[in-house]
Amino acid sequence: MIDAATVASHGMTPEEYQRVRDILGREPNLTELGIFSVMWSEHCSYKSSRKHLRTLPTEGPRVLQGPGENAGAVDIGDGLAAVFKIESHNHPSFIEPYQGAATGVGGIIRDIFTMGARPIALLDSLRFGELDDPNTRRIMEGVVAGIAGYGNSIGIPTVGGEVGLDPSYAGNPLVNVFCLGVSKIDDIIRGQAQGLGNPVYYVGAKTGRDGIHGATMASAEFDEDTEEKRPNVQVGDPFTEKLLLEACLEVMATDALVGIQDMGAAGLTCSSCEMGSRGGVGIEIDLAHVPQRETGMTPYEIMLSESQERMLFVVKRGREAEVERTFAKWDLHAVRIGQVTDDGLLRVRDQGQLIAEIPNTSLADDGPVYDRPTARPSDLDDQQRLDLDSLPLSVTPSDTLLRLLASPQIASKRWIYRQYDHMVRTNTIVPPGMGAAVVRVKDTSRALAFSVDGNSRYCSLDPYRGAMLAVAESARNVACAGGLAVGATNCLNFGNPERPEIMWQLVRAIEGIGDACRGLGIPITGGNVSLYNETDGEAIRPTPVIGVVGVLEDASRVRGRTFRTPGAAIVLLGDHRPALGGSEYLNLIHRMVRGTPPPLDLDAERALHRFLVATADSGLVESAHDCSEGGLAVTLAECCFESGGIGVEVDIPTPAALTPSSELNLLTTLFGEVATVTVVSVPQTGLSELLAQARDAGVPARAVGRAGGERFRVSVNGERAFNYPLAEVEKTWSNGLARYFDERAA
Amino acid sequence: MRFAIVVFPGSNCDHDAYHAVTQVLGHDAVLVWHKDTDLGGADAVILPGGFSYGDYLRSGAIARFSPVMGCVAEFANAGGPVIGICNGFQVLVEAGLLPGAMCRNRQLKFICEHVSIRVEQTDTPFTRNARVGQVLRIPIAHGEGSYYALPETIAALETQRQVVFRYTSPGGELDERNDLWNPNGSTAAIAGICNARRNVVGLMPHPERACEAAMGSVDGRTILESVVATLATQGVLA
Repeated sequence: MIDAATVASHGMTPEEYQRVRDILGREPNLTELGIFSVMWSEHCSYKSSRKHLRTLPTEGPRVLQGPGENAGAVDIGDGLAAVFKIESHNHPSFIEPYQGAATGVGGIIRDIFTMGARPIALLDSLRFGELDDPNTRRIMEGVVAGIAGYGNSIGIPTVGGEVGLDPSYAGNPLVNVFCLGVSKIDDIIRGQAQGLGNPVYYVGAKTGRDGIHGATMASAEFDEDTEEKRPNVQVGDPFTEKLLLEACLEVMATDALVGIQDMGAAGLTCSSCEMGSRGGVGIEIDLAHVPQRETGMTPYEIMLSESQERMLFVVKRGREAEVERTFAKWDLHAVRIGQVTDDGLLRVRDQGQLIAEIPNTSLADDGPVYDRPTARPSDLDDQQRLDLDSLPLSVTPSDTLLRLLASPQIASKRWIYRQYDHMVRTNTIVPPGMGAAVVRVKDTSRALAFSVDGNSRYCSLDPYRGAMLAVAESARNVACAGGLAVGATNCLNFGNPERPEIMWQLVRAIEGIGDACRGLGIPITGGNVSLYNETDGEAIRPTPVIGVVGVLEDASRVRGRTFRTPGAAIVLLGDHRPALGGSEYLNLIHRMVRGTPPPLDLDAERALHRFLVATADSGLVESAHDCSEGGLAVTLAECCFESGGIGVEVDIPTPAALTPSSELNLLTTLFGEVATVTVVSVPQTGLSELLAQARDAGVPARAVGRAGGERFRVSVNGERAFNYPLAEVEKTWSNGLARYFDERAA
Repeated sequence: MRFAIVVFPGSNCDHDAYHAVTQVLGHDAVLVWHKDTDLGGADAVILPGGFSYGDYLRSGAIARFSPVMGCVAEFANAGGPVIGICNGFQVLVEAGLLPGAMCRNRQLKFICEHVSIRVEQTDTPFTRNARVGQVLRIPIAHGEGSYYALPETIAALETQRQVVFRYTSPGGELDERNDLWNPNGSTAAIAGICNARRNVVGLMPHPERACEAAMGSVDGRTILESVVATLATQGVLA
């Protein structure tokens, strides 16, 4: 009954199918094949990345839960845990931007409250094509509206994020959503089934035919038939999820639950076999009890549906009534669909009739693991060559600055975050657009800072160093806000891993993340891998995105990017040795992605982070902003923007490597990019103290000027590079993104 | 004194209102489930923000049928102070306790940002501590907050001094057509109104989000503290 074509249409190789037959000792039926195919899909099984992900550092003194659960968890003090994870919803967001992005938000929120934590913050890392393309504007508008539609309604603030634009994402946008929740350490619940005879409950929305094969779709490339995949995209209902969230937290506050898992990718299949596998038990369910939205659904469809806002519970025997009562209060279904058994099997029945019988571990843990071949791209040497002498230097530094500030990549993201409720729950003490986002933790003195970062141009030129730089930048942003990094999550977005060049990028990026996390002492507590991000054979640039979480012991010490007081001294922390390889300057002005990304010294980076945290704790430094895309000139401008009109007057020395002075060296000083550099401001009375402390900490520091005035004045070696009214440059930056969507801003 | 904060399915600013009232202002508060039919002996009622019933159909359109709305109406008709914030304002309008309707924001997008609102009337329980013309900096966060009413209704609101707050510039200047000053395009830049008896107030901005310096503004306290002062002078409070 199952022929080769059926196997292939399930995205399975003949070898994988043979493995299924070996496990079962017989031919699977169609439902069983469907179950295997989703669990062994790239999306669910991590079959291409698993071997490499194992090399990541996942342990640390604060880690409470590493990878393998619904989300990671770290100890943040006061008996509390931060529970967080990042996840992608790339493929659905291309097919149907609003619902794809909305259900991405819904999915990661469920992962967090499934652990027993109340979600308190969302961040998004987004990638789109370039905005000159109307289709890209349509996708971006839909994605932003979808994130807003779901997050605003459910009442979890979207407090920050990042956006990157590059033609490689035109046919494959990325939507990575990070969610963080807070829970008492003792209240963390895991996705485990246990206890022979304990009832298994289905709670939440009814099951429909939406999203069938979503996980399989997310494990394949796009082509001209992609439009036909629209029915594979789920439809979100934030209202139901809000009820589910409150009802679940209410039930979790009792001790009536054994374990809980959200039905995300691969729906009922994944939640049941993973819970069984983690607990070393069997699960038996009868699909006749599953609430269904449509009539005539087959067992195959019910098992593979990815309808949203559903959860699977294992309840302690004897506590059923109180669980059912709570869900009834919230007008939600809580239906007993089966029980825990001791045979380790996922046994699916339909009105008593046996439909499928598969060992849980073979689905959840024993999927194929591939050590796919890797090959360094043959054209990489050429891409890394950058002949600066042949660059036509027709654009003046002044015009370059304005063009960079007006580019949507660097411009203010207010058009986006104004659509997100970033204040609900009244914890947001550093709002979006001010550097790392910071939320206070009520009933404690603490706050949490987080940032999501990734630079895919760096990664395409050198995935190892690019990934390291992403970790460093994310942790640096958190440190600028005053947070000590305690954990990280990663989202790895790449093309087709069956191509050795892509696989090489993936492996090198994972090595880079691992080395940077080890060097900076930041454990990875979980994450997500999204492969096959290709359309018509054209892959995205490799895009590892890192989300770092940091703790501020004293929320009142929090720091933003903007200058605070006129007259404050401006100090460059770190060794400012900029270079143009992979820079936004090259990309925007010369339409060129070439060279190598900036070098990274992990010891210097770690020393800088410690120093930034220490000077936040002591209150010595008033503002801190990381030097990244667009170089020092853009960083200085961003320190002035939204400060309430505080300008700046600085004189930057040309880095030693760049003398003698020339037009090229001037441009490099201003717009070249560098790691491990931060612009901080300090009251004049604290300047000598800061310089002395920096010397003791081994952090290079140099006073370069002062904040104040209404102009943006920057010199290099005493020679004036810019002298603009601040309001003028700020307006350019403010409208840079909005002008693509709102004719009034153009 | 004690506040009742009504929790509809989909309310999401209920915890924020509770925090502001209890932790910041130091009063009692009780969360009242929408299926309940008494207000727990409260002296004032808050209908909080959020997306009651997902705002499906129309903001506030389903919540008005919740059992609790019967006793909210009773409480209001007896002269008790009631404030509807954001979605709560929408519910009050749908329930007929306040006139008018809410349309999508003029630019058809959700807007979350701090805005300036000018206090127009101080003889309501929620503006007693403010000055006429005082400009408060308070955030909005809504997609359907553009206040609309028929011209004759607007005229009546003006004559009976029922417009309590208007969106203005930070300096208090009024320009209904200015997107910066009247961000959602409300008719007559109306941000909040009261009923004829003046004890029921609805406003789109969120005073509970502007009660602590760490949140960027403390101007919202004026509104919540006003009702405490009002009840104290009326002798409701022991």
